[in-house]
Amino acid sequence: MELPIFYILAAIIIVSALFVVTLRNIFHSALMLILCFFGVAGLYVTLHADFLAAVQVLIYVGAVTILMIFAVMLTQQLTGRKIQQLNDQPLPAALIILSLLILLIVSITRTGFEIADNLEPMPTVGTIGKAFMTTYVLPFEIVSVVLLVALIGAIVIARRE
Amino acid sequence: MLELDPIFDAISEWLASFLPPVVVTIVKGFGTAGVVLGVLSLFVLFFIWMERKVSAHMQQRLGPMRTGWHGALQTVADAVKLIQKEDLVPSDADRAVYFWAPVVCFAAALMAYLVIPFGEGLIVQDLNIGILYVIAITTFTVVSLLMAGWGSNNKWALLGGMRSAAQIVSYEVPLSMSLIGTIMIAESLSMITIVESQSGPFWNWFVFRQPIGFIVYFIAATAEANRTPFDIPEAEQELVAGFNVEYSGMKFAMFFLAEFINMFTISALAVTLFFGGWMAPFPFLDFIPSWIWFLAKAFTSVFVLMWFRWTYPRIRVDQLMGFAWKFLLPLAFLNIILTGIGIYIF
Repeated sequence: MELPIFYILAAIIIVSALFVVTLRNIFHSALMLILCFFGVAGLYVTLHADFLAAVQVLIYVGAVTILMIFAVMLTQQLTGRKIQQLNDQPLPAALIILSLLILLIVSITRTGFEIADNLEPMPTVGTIGKAFMTTYVLPFEIVSVVLLVALIGAIVIARRE
Repeated sequence: MLELDPIFDAISEWLASFLPPVVVTIVKGFGTAGVVLGVLSLFVLFFIWMERKVSAHMQQRLGPMRTGWHGALQTVADAVKLIQKEDLVPSDADRAVYFWAPVVCFAAALMAYLVIPFGEGLIVQDLNIGILYVIAITTFTVVSLLMAGWGSNNKWALLGGMRSAAQIVSYEVPLSMSLIGTIMIAESLSMITIVESQSGPFWNWFVFRQPIGFIVYFIAATAEANRTPFDIPEAEQELVAGFNVEYSGMKFAMFFLAEFINMFTISALAVTLFFGGWMAPFPFLDFIPSWIWFLAKAFTSVFVLMWFRWTYPRIRVDQLMGFAWKFLLPLAFLNIILTGIGIYIF
């Protein structure tokens, strides 16, 4: 049952991701990005990472919504505005992407993944919370401060105009 | 005892007796979705009639009286009318987005019912992350409203969509924060565990241990459902009707249905998280089936939401944002701190 679901989700993710970069309307791209993130959340569900799936939807769909608001605000005409998809440097970009792809393929194929026999879904929320508050408390707090700085920075930049 | 879950268990056992397990899973999935959709549609038919009657009586009118007993069949007549209406698409509309907006809206409204317990054992699927799932799924409502506003290619629709997106995104923060106190006491995100930790007489309900949390939740949830006094996204006098102004026929009906389903979702969540879910107020009243208790509580909460709508004036946009960020959010944080201190002491 899980294998066909994985393939369906993977197809949704890849097709929507392709649409994100090829569609010429910025609003449509944002919608496809939502579909892509939703597919990734589905993958998390098949991996029994339920907390991660919910947070993925909550944060990414919410964030893309904000992006869509900006897209609407920054687009002069309501529809029909086309955005440029390529800049002047497609060749270096292609080379970097190709090297990243090779790196990923090599690292994925060389890693020996352990396959667990026990497929019982475990509650993950408590474990994640405990890890945040004990082992990873310093990174957790630093990330909060970084986000706060980004927030204040955005407000300062917006205020200056 | 008139509990309903043995019926569903019996049906799934009967299916499993002659079908392969994969088919049973699929049939059960579609079957439960169908049952939930059917029950909710009935509720919505009732709520629309109730809204009209409540508003009418609060304004010293009679409301619909002609179709059926006291206008009870008015909504049915309206639904038939809506189905017959021509499905208009504005000529400049972004067709794909315009088409999918009501679908996403309706699906998002319906998906919350995966984790809402209608009675003891009467839950589609008890997820470990119950509440978080509901909060995550409701983000799709914002997306659908923006899609409707954009797809219609209409100034009023777009303004309405933008306003509602800004409003829902803002109020989601105090809404999520207000629930943390409850989660801290119940020590779980699962709906079943939360209800079961409120068992016993009615003073065990979380509303008595989390009064601030409940007030913040109810206000923020009213705003999330775009109901008066927070119905700025569809303020009739200013925006014609907001994001759904270009929609007609069945597509309009889907937005309308989703709105009322969301209202019931809020009420059902309030009951589950703060009013003991399916529990009877006193243990000796347990002979009344759990789903009746749940529905009685939820319908009362729906009535309170209608009461709000027809007695409070609408607040302004700037007041709305200030209220969410400067009042509700600090209150929700205070509630978390107080709950933490309470758990530490007791």
